[in-house]
Amino acid sequence: MNWQQQFNAFSTIVRKEIRRFMRIWVQTLIPPAITIALYFVIFGELIGRRIGHIGEYSYMEYIVPGLIMMSVITNSYSNVVSSFFSTKFQRSIEEMLVSPMPNYVVIGGFVLGGVARGIAVGAIVTLLSLFFAHLSVDNIWITISMVVLTATLFSLGGFINAVYAGSFDDISIVPTFVLTPLTYLGGVFYSITMLPDFWQGVSQVNPIVYMVNGFRYGILGISDINIGVAYGMVITFIVLMYAWAHWLLKYGVGIRS
Amino acid sequence: MTTALSVHNLKKTYSSGFEALKGISFEVKSGDFMALLGPNGAGKSTTIGIISSLVNKTSGTISIYGEDIDRNFAAAKMNIGVVPQEFNFNQFEKVGDIVCTQAGYYGIDNQTAALRAEKYLKLLDLWDKRDERSRMLSGGMKRRLMIARALVHEPRLLILDEPTAGVDIELRRSMWTFLKELNQQGTTIILTTHYLEEAEQLCRSIAIIDHGEIIEQSSMKTFLSKLDRETFILDLGKDITTVPELDGVRSQLLDAHTLEVEVSKQAPLNAIFAKLSALDIPVTSMRNKANRLEELFVSLVERKR
Repeated sequence: MNWQQQFNAFSTIVRKEIRRFMRIWVQTLIPPAITIALYFVIFGELIGRRIGHIGEYSYMEYIVPGLIMMSVITNSYSNVVSSFFSTKFQRSIEEMLVSPMPNYVVIGGFVLGGVARGIAVGAIVTLLSLFFAHLSVDNIWITISMVVLTATLFSLGGFINAVYAGSFDDISIVPTFVLTPLTYLGGVFYSITMLPDFWQGVSQVNPIVYMVNGFRYGILGISDINIGVAYGMVITFIVLMYAWAHWLLKYGVGIRS
Repeated sequence: MTTALSVHNLKKTYSSGFEALKGISFEVKSGDFMALLGPNGAGKSTTIGIISSLVNKTSGTISIYGEDIDRNFAAAKMNIGVVPQEFNFNQFEKVGDIVCTQAGYYGIDNQTAALRAEKYLKLLDLWDKRDERSRMLSGGMKRRLMIARALVHEPRLLILDEPTAGVDIELRRSMWTFLKELNQQGTTIILTTHYLEEAEQLCRSIAIIDHGEIIEQSSMKTFLSKLDRETFILDLGKDITTVPELDGVRSQLLDAHTLEVEVSKQAPLNAIFAKLSALDIPVTSMRNKANRLEELFVSLVERKR
């Protein structure tokens, strides 16, 4: 396939993925918005008022970037894991396997579909947050790049989960037992500098800490982590996860007998 | 003549240890219409799965129109279209979208994909269903949808894995006509089927696979010429209790008014009718017990067991 043909194939997957989550928008776009709105009300408004300020920002302003990032992470992940597993379950993955598409086109198409949903939900949540907090963007380029990189990373994670998954139960194990705890402990609701030294050290191995802080740096201009380190970690994870996903597809793990 | 498909020493052993293919080799010439036959579990679907990249091979080589499937994956895959045995499309997608999406996977731009989808959906009488979700289609329509999808990138080699399974006779015959025309227009076709009448009607060559080995490969004409005996069922006009003596003909009564006779292909049938007339046994109708290919196939497979 030449580059034009590869681009046509890539855009076909992306369009299909976007069409899928837009077709079921009541399940894909609305629930995360409601969940995050509840976080704004309960943690931001009701509890946040009693907490006061973190640095120069109100508690509500402080948690907004983390909550936006949380919705981006969970939605980019769940979009790819459910979509790719569904193609396995219905065997429509065979449509792709019989075609001449290179593996990187398949992975890229699914990942961009996940990124699109992550950004769509992130945008909805950002709009909602305007009802609760004054939001200004300190650095638009860091903000956008950190969202795109994070959504890419978790879309790859969703892809890998879907390849290994043998049942619908398997696609909820990682989000429930890995993703949610890491997100809650990733500095969404607090600054990791508030933790005892030991737990601050433990937090350094949580990749979500780097993404939440990188994004918070873009919005508020403050971060517990050096922004260069945050970028380095996210890009490193993306490279590793992509290599893993490519290997799985090349050898047909969980896909070909 | 160009070789459309070349399979050489293809082996497949599943992780369970089951040896599905024991080093099969065969070739299909460009423009041919070949039947790949074999009993259930013989290795037909594994062979097709490997050719279409749905199953990993253990060893062996495959080339499609001269392009090695390992060394020049994309070029090889561009030439092949596959209609699988089981429905494998998204049940929630619209019919038109399924065909256009498949075109996209082959690098075809949107405009061309839409034109091709229209062409093949019309040819397969599905154009009126283009905006319906695929799960709403009948079984026969779903089979035709898979054919349209496999043709949308206009492959030179089309492989159909039991395309008429569970399809009513009227639809089956219309699919035969469609496939014959497609073959006449130059598409090489490989067909697996359990309907041997279908294979005999459509195909010009044949390969039989059993227990992971090719046990026969020849032209259909050559293969059928091996049949030296045929079995006929005669419906009798009156009930009889004993099997009539027919010289050189093996016969048996299936019931009081149905006689089965097995005759040499070279022997004239007139003698049988003359003898039965002499015995005052009228014959009201006559039919083949099984079609010629079926008789040969069964005898060949049974001989190997």
